Parts: sequence; structure tokens; C-alpha cells
Amino acid sequence: MKVVIEDVRKTFGNKKKGEVLALDNINFSIEEKEFVVLVGPSGCGKSTLLNIVGGLLSPTEGSVYFEGLLNKKPNLAIVFQEIALFPWRTVYENVIYGLEEQKVSKQEQKEKADFYIDMVGLTGFKDAYPKQLSGGMKQRVGIARALAVEPDLLLMDEPFSALDAQTRTLMQEELLTIWNRTQLSTLYVTHNIQEAVYLADRVIVLSRHPGQIKEIIKIDLPKMGRDTEQHRAKYEQYADDIWQLIRQDAEDALKE
Amino acid sequence: MTKQRQMITNRVAFLDKKVPIYASFLGLVGLIVLWEIICSLNLVSPLFLPAPSAIVTTGWEMVVSGEIYENLVPSLYRIVVGYAIGSAFGVLIGLVLGFSKWADAIGTPVVYSIYPIPKIALLPLFILWLGIGELSKVTIIALGVFFPVVINTFSGVKNVDPILIKAAVTFGSSPFNVVRKVILPGSLPMIFAGLKLAAGTSLLLLVSAEMIAAQNGIGAMVLHYGNLMITTKLMVGVLVLSLLGLTFNRVLQWVEYKLIPWK
Repeated sequence: MKVVIEDVRKTFGNKKKGEVLALDNINFSIEEKEFVVLVGPSGCGKSTLLNIVGGLLSPTEGSVYFEGLLNKKPNLAIVFQEIALFPWRTVYENVIYGLEEQKVSKQEQKEKADFYIDMVGLTGFKDAYPKQLSGGMKQRVGIARALAVEPDLLLMDEPFSALDAQTRTLMQEELLTIWNRTQLSTLYVTHNIQEAVYLADRVIVLSRHPGQIKEIIKIDLPKMGRDTEQHRAKYEQYADDIWQLIRQDAEDALKE
Repeated sequence: MTKQRQMITNRVAFLDKKVPIYASFLGLVGLIVLWEIICSLNLVSPLFLPAPSAIVTTGWEMVVSGEIYENLVPSLYRIVVGYAIGSAFGVLIGLVLGFSKWADAIGTPVVYSIYPIPKIALLPLFILWLGIGELSKVTIIALGVFFPVVINTFSGVKNVDPILIKAAVTFGSSPFNVVRKVILPGSLPMIFAGLKLAAGTSLLLLVSAEMIAAQNGIGAMVLHYGNLMITTKLMVGVLVLSLLGLTFNRVLQWVEYKLIPWK
């Protein structure tokens, strides 16, 4: 199974008032069990692209499709930047939301929810409402909700950008551990280069005006322990390479 | 040598000043005591302002004689049925108007053009259409309740965070489930604001309708004793109405607390 993004182009606005070309000529694929990170300066259309892949926005041209998925509709899950938990549902009820819609039996809902709530370390908070949780805990619920449906493709839209720097570092480590247990095909959007190099199998660097693929970089490091002394030099090298690619665009973005 | 200290104190302490519970009764009790004193000093004639003690004793006599019961039951029937019908339709239509762009475009101008009409002005028309019986009174209450509820439900739906709808759709919700599981709970706080507003309206319409066209009911009772200049019994009616309004509000608050525990 793989996910193919083919010739995607997206314009906003209309012909009369002038069109803005947000994405152009986007071609790449996400292999099974691959962790792909989209990175780029603000305004490069990376969230737009993720929304198109997630079926929340239609591309102006081109298509997104699953290849080799036998006799079933692709099953997607998104972890949102805004977290988007239902405030009237408890942690448990939020996590089973997707399972309910899949018409999974109550027994199975409970087993899966317990399993994934445990995985994100929120066992004691099953009956809490989102309002009662800290930002980091909320996003753990968001992750558990997405994992619980065991998606064919997991989409993550800057999931940790609303968190403070310390929580963020811990959540990145945790995500990596969780990912190693679940091995889901993942498309992850971020503007944080360190985060991209830390998590990705491949990093797709986008440019801006229009959003185009500048380069696809394969991160040739073991999945775990990239921040250890042994790999430090190579890790920094990747991060620096990507920064050099983005730098000019980021500076332009700042001037706007 | 000791250095001079300049203490920094909390200058916004007045913001979280605690007030004892009895404070909320002070104003009420004070008012009643003052009223009683004025009456017992014969400063005003009991015809214009009967004493609180006289109202309570007369009220008790009317409860015992069954007069209150005879008038309260029809009033309760009218307001409960009218309120239930009006709010049910209000929530339903509000959800439809909020969710469907077509319904919004067609229905919203209609709602907003009927909304400003003082509903009581329509009572003669309803009596003509539906007769002088219960139906015309229930209808006018239902109509009065419908508008604040529909308008609040509508804006409640519009205020549901779009990201929650996106999340629901991502996790496989059908449009019907989006309404049932996201839009309805998301707009409940606004719906309740509308229901509370409508409670006041419904009481007002109940009394007005009963004064215009009814043989029984608290409104008719108040008018009847007003005509006979039996002010004490008139005031008993007013007291019953105020208790009715208070109970109404309390019940709604309780239901809101039960339905929206996540707020």
C-alpha cells in the first residue's frame, strides 16, 4: 500500500479578483510504514497540502489516491494543530469517537481505547473533560483518538506547535516511541527543522510563492536515538542543510 | 543598620473579595421589613398596598380553599404545553437554519421579519382562527417561545468551531451524525440562553392572554380581583406568578447543569 500525491495544484481566490497560487506541481508518495515530514517556511502551503491529503480541501488540479488498498475505503486520522477535542466528551469518549463511527462493538471500543489511552499515558484521566487537562495532555488525547482508529494514513498538522518548548521536546520523544510500536504511514507537517530531522524517514522541503517541492531529503539515520552523541554530527548536518534551503524563503516571509 | 523595607501588597485584592451567603438575603428581607413597617404605620391605605403579612395569610386561605389550585392548574397546563411546543420547534428549526445554507437563505429573512411583532397583538387573530379555548392561548405562548429559541439556536450553530466539524468528518461522521454529535452539543450553551430568555416571554404572554381571554388561570384571577378592588388577593396572584417564574428559572438552571457538565 502507498499513498500517491500526483500533480497537485491549488489556487485560492477567483479569476476576477486575482488568483493566488498556493501549491504547484506537487508530486510525491508515502510508502507503507513511512514517516514523511513536510517542512517549509510560513506561507508555503504545507497545511493546505495536508488538508488536501486529508480530504478537507479539494485540489484545483491533480489527485491524491491510495494504491494497493484491497476492497476497503481508506481510513484516515488527523491530529490537529488546534487539537480539536470535543469539549463535551470525556477523554475516553473522545478517543472512541472514530470507533463509534466505524460501528465497532462496545467491547472492542473499550479494549482499543484503554490500550491507546494507556499508550499515551493518560490512564488516570479517562473521565476528565478536555477543559481539565493541560495543553500537552490534550494533545495526547488527540493522538490517542487518531491512533485508536488504526488509520491507513496518519496525518499530523503541527501537532506540538501550541505547546511550550519543554513539553514539546518530551512529546516528540514520546511520539517516536509510540510510532515505533504502531508503525503507521504518517504525513507530518511542521516548520521546526530539528523536529523534522528528529522524526522523519524523508523530509520534503517546500518553497513558497508558489508552494513547490524544493527537495526531498532521505534521513539516513536510525529511527531511535538520533540526538545521541554518536549521531549528533550527522543530525546537525541534515538540519543545517535544510535550513540553508529554507533560509531565503523564511527571510522573505518575514518581510511581508 | 536595617535597610528600609517597602512591602509590595496585592493591589487587586478587591477583585476576589468574598461575601458571606447571608448578604444575598439582606436586600430582600430589608425590603419586606420596610414594606411591613410602612403598612403597619398606616402610611398608605391597604387598598393600595396591603401588608406582606396580610398577603401571606390571605394566600394561605386561598390555598386551603382550593382557589389557587383551580387557577394554577390551567395556567401551568398552558405554559408547559406552549413552552414545550415552542422550544422543540425552535431548536429543530434553528438547527436546520444553521446547518443548511439553503434553509438559511430562505428561512432566516422570514424569521427576522416576524420576530419583532409583539406576539400578544396576534391573539385576536388566533382567537378568530382557533377559537377562544386553550388552543389560541397555547399557540401564542408557543410562538413567543419559538423566536428567542430559534434565533439563539441559529447563532449557537454558527458559533460551533469549524475545526470540530472537520475533526468529526475526518473520523468518519455522516452529515446527520455531525449535527447530532457535534453541532447540537456545541450549540447547547447558546440554546439554553435562548430557553431562559423564552421563559420570561412565556410567563408574560401567559398572563396577558389570560387577562384578555380566559375564565380561569392566575392572570384572569389577578384581573378579576383588580376589578373588584380586592388588592390583597390581587397581590397573592402576583406572588404566585413571581414564585412560578422563580421555579421555572431554577428548573432550567438544573437541567442546564445536568446537560452541560463540561462547561
